[in-house]
Amino acid sequence: MLMNAILLALREIRRNLMRSFLTILGIVIGVAAVITMVTLGNGATKMVSDQISSLGSNLLIMRPGQRLGPGRDEAGAPKFKVADAEAIRNQVGSLQAVAPVVGSSVTLVAGNNNWSSTVTGTTNSYFTTGNWTLGSGRKFSDEDEKVGRSVCVIGNTVRTKLYGQQNPLGASLRIKNFSCEVIGLLASKGQGAMGMDQDDVVVIPLLTAQRRLTGNQDVATLMISMQDGADSTRVMSQIRQLMRERRKLAENDDDNFNLMDTKQIAQTLSGTIGTMTSLLGAVAAVSLLVGGIGIMNIMLVSVTERTREIGIRLAIGALENEVLLQFLIEAVALSALGGLLGILLALVACLGLSALTQMPFIFDPGINLLAFAFSAAIGVLFGYMPARRAASLDPIEALRHE
Amino acid sequence: MSDASKGPLIEFQGITKTYGQGQAAFQALRGVDLCIREGEFLAIMGPSGSGKSTAMNILGCLDTPSSGSFLFQGVHVENLDRNQRALLRRHYLGFVFQGFNLLARTSAQENVELPLLYRGEPPERRHQAAREALALVGLSGWEHHTPAELSGGQQQRVAIARAIVTQPLVLLADEPTGNLDSQRSHEIMELLARLNREQNITVLMVTHEPDMAVYTSRVVHFVDGLVASDNPQEGQAC
Ligand SMILES: Nc1ncnc2c1ncn2[C@@H]1O[C@H](COP(=O)(O)OP(=O)(O)OP(=O)(O)O)[C@@H](O)[C@H]1O
Ligand SMILES: [Mg+2]
Repeated sequence: MLMNAILLALREIRRNLMRSFLTILGIVIGVAAVITMVTLGNGATKMVSDQISSLGSNLLIMRPGQRLGPGRDEAGAPKFKVADAEAIRNQVGSLQAVAPVVGSSVTLVAGNNNWSSTVTGTTNSYFTTGNWTLGSGRKFSDEDEKVGRSVCVIGNTVRTKLYGQQNPLGASLRIKNFSCEVIGLLASKGQGAMGMDQDDVVVIPLLTAQRRLTGNQDVATLMISMQDGADSTRVMSQIRQLMRERRKLAENDDDNFNLMDTKQIAQTLSGTIGTMTSLLGAVAAVSLLVGGIGIMNIMLVSVTERTREIGIRLAIGALENEVLLQFLIEAVALSALGGLLGILLALVACLGLSALTQMPFIFDPGINLLAFAFSAAIGVLFGYMPARRAASLDPIEALRHE
Repeated sequence: MSDASKGPLIEFQGITKTYGQGQAAFQALRGVDLCIREGEFLAIMGPSGSGKSTAMNILGCLDTPSSGSFLFQGVHVENLDRNQRALLRRHYLGFVFQGFNLLARTSAQENVELPLLYRGEPPERRHQAAREALALVGLSGWEHHTPAELSGGQQQRVAIARAIVTQPLVLLADEPTGNLDSQRSHEIMELLARLNREQNITVLMVTHEPDMAVYTSRVVHFVDGLVASDNPQEGQAC
């Protein structure tokens, strides 16, 4: 009986291809919308967490001023000094490395090539806090750092832009108004998320940067990496206490620096994106529901339209349940078909959008399965009423129907 | 052939049918007695509104009488429920309707296979039986035409093929020639007579036209919900 009903239902769908297609359009779009929203949301979450973890693991970043982000009031706050970095390193436990950092945008020249990039003045600790490994050459020597030698370690992008495939080690690189010798090449971290090129870097000793580029002894940022498993809340409060003392802040003064945990930022951002994703997914789910009502509507119309046909079926001996099952299966087959097409459409949309926004595409079998099951369930839900009505028709009345 | 000792195939005893209730109640059949033996070719005639279709619907187990008893092969069937009547139709009865009533956009072959599908016959048997039934009504080669591609006479022959494909005991036809010109009508009547003769199918039909009644072996006249005249053949009265 089930096989028969499936056969009859499929035959009916094929007999009315155009109408069937229009019927399921709502479901197709609903399913595609739900899957696309959730998949893109997952991709965005992944992108953000990738981006932040590529900064380094267990990384704290400290800057002068109270807040981070737009409108930060860095102006009045005193800058850090190298001594601050040393004090933190010596007095706070569970730390791996503390890197004082200054940065400057410059034009780089090597031979006939030039390239705009950012130069970072820092110590060897920077390679630890930033998760960098050396591809070839060497890091800074104690001597380099102490006397501020003109040496630099470059990222892979800078190398290709300025030296092509040539070995850059030992070559000279002109930074603004001074030349330095390339002593090391960083291993490529690859394309960062959102098109940010992580390999577009030049690293020089802190002292060199302060003398040649910034012209003062200030340190813009402190990058602090903690040991694995360190209690970041405790470490952060220790650092904060220490810095308040060093900056001679009174009991009721606000901090004039801020310290943040990259992991926390990642969590906050992913949380926000997650909320957005659920919201968009919910909106899309409503459209799925509307699609289901569309199916019910068409099925009801189809029962009226096919009253005579139902009469014929009943007259030649179809049981009530058989007619019920046929109409129910028609509805379920239609909406399941809509679900499948929706999944395909979502796949295309997600691939296209993730290529466009450079977000990673993460196939989530869960949401695909869920959307499919949901669309089939909608078929049962909204197919039942029309099916019930078809099955309970009186054969004589139905046959007489024009 | 029919065996008198087997008893009648169909027996109506005091069948009444009332439509509506109270003031609006209308008695379409007012106590019909009728006895039909296997192998008969019976025509029901009478003026419009005399209850012919009502009687046909009850005979065909599409409807139930208000009172009286209806025996099919000696079994009381007047109180069967919807599903039991459907099963009775599925296994013993074939229908031909005035308006052909074929499934649109469905080939002749598939239309004829439909009753077999509900009987749960395997596909091979279905195809075979449908081809044979179509050949019997002279429609070999038209299997894949849809109703829209067939003439009225051809459509009615497809409908007859669909009714006989299950090899029913009884073929019921309510004005099967009502929508056809006289040429096609005679073709259909000849076909029904042949099926009655060669396949030994009991045929019950309603007609308005005396021309058509001459093909039958017995004519029952209805007037105002009662049997006004009947001419059962010798030795066949119940
Ligand atoms: N469903 C119904 N509800 C109420 N009255 C009905 C119904 N069906 C038939 N009748 C009435 O019963 C009477 C007999 O109807 P029936 O259809 O049996 O007539 P008929 O002999 O087939 O007529 P015709 O030759 O016009 O087809 C008619 O007066 C009709 O109005
Ligand atoms: Mg009638």
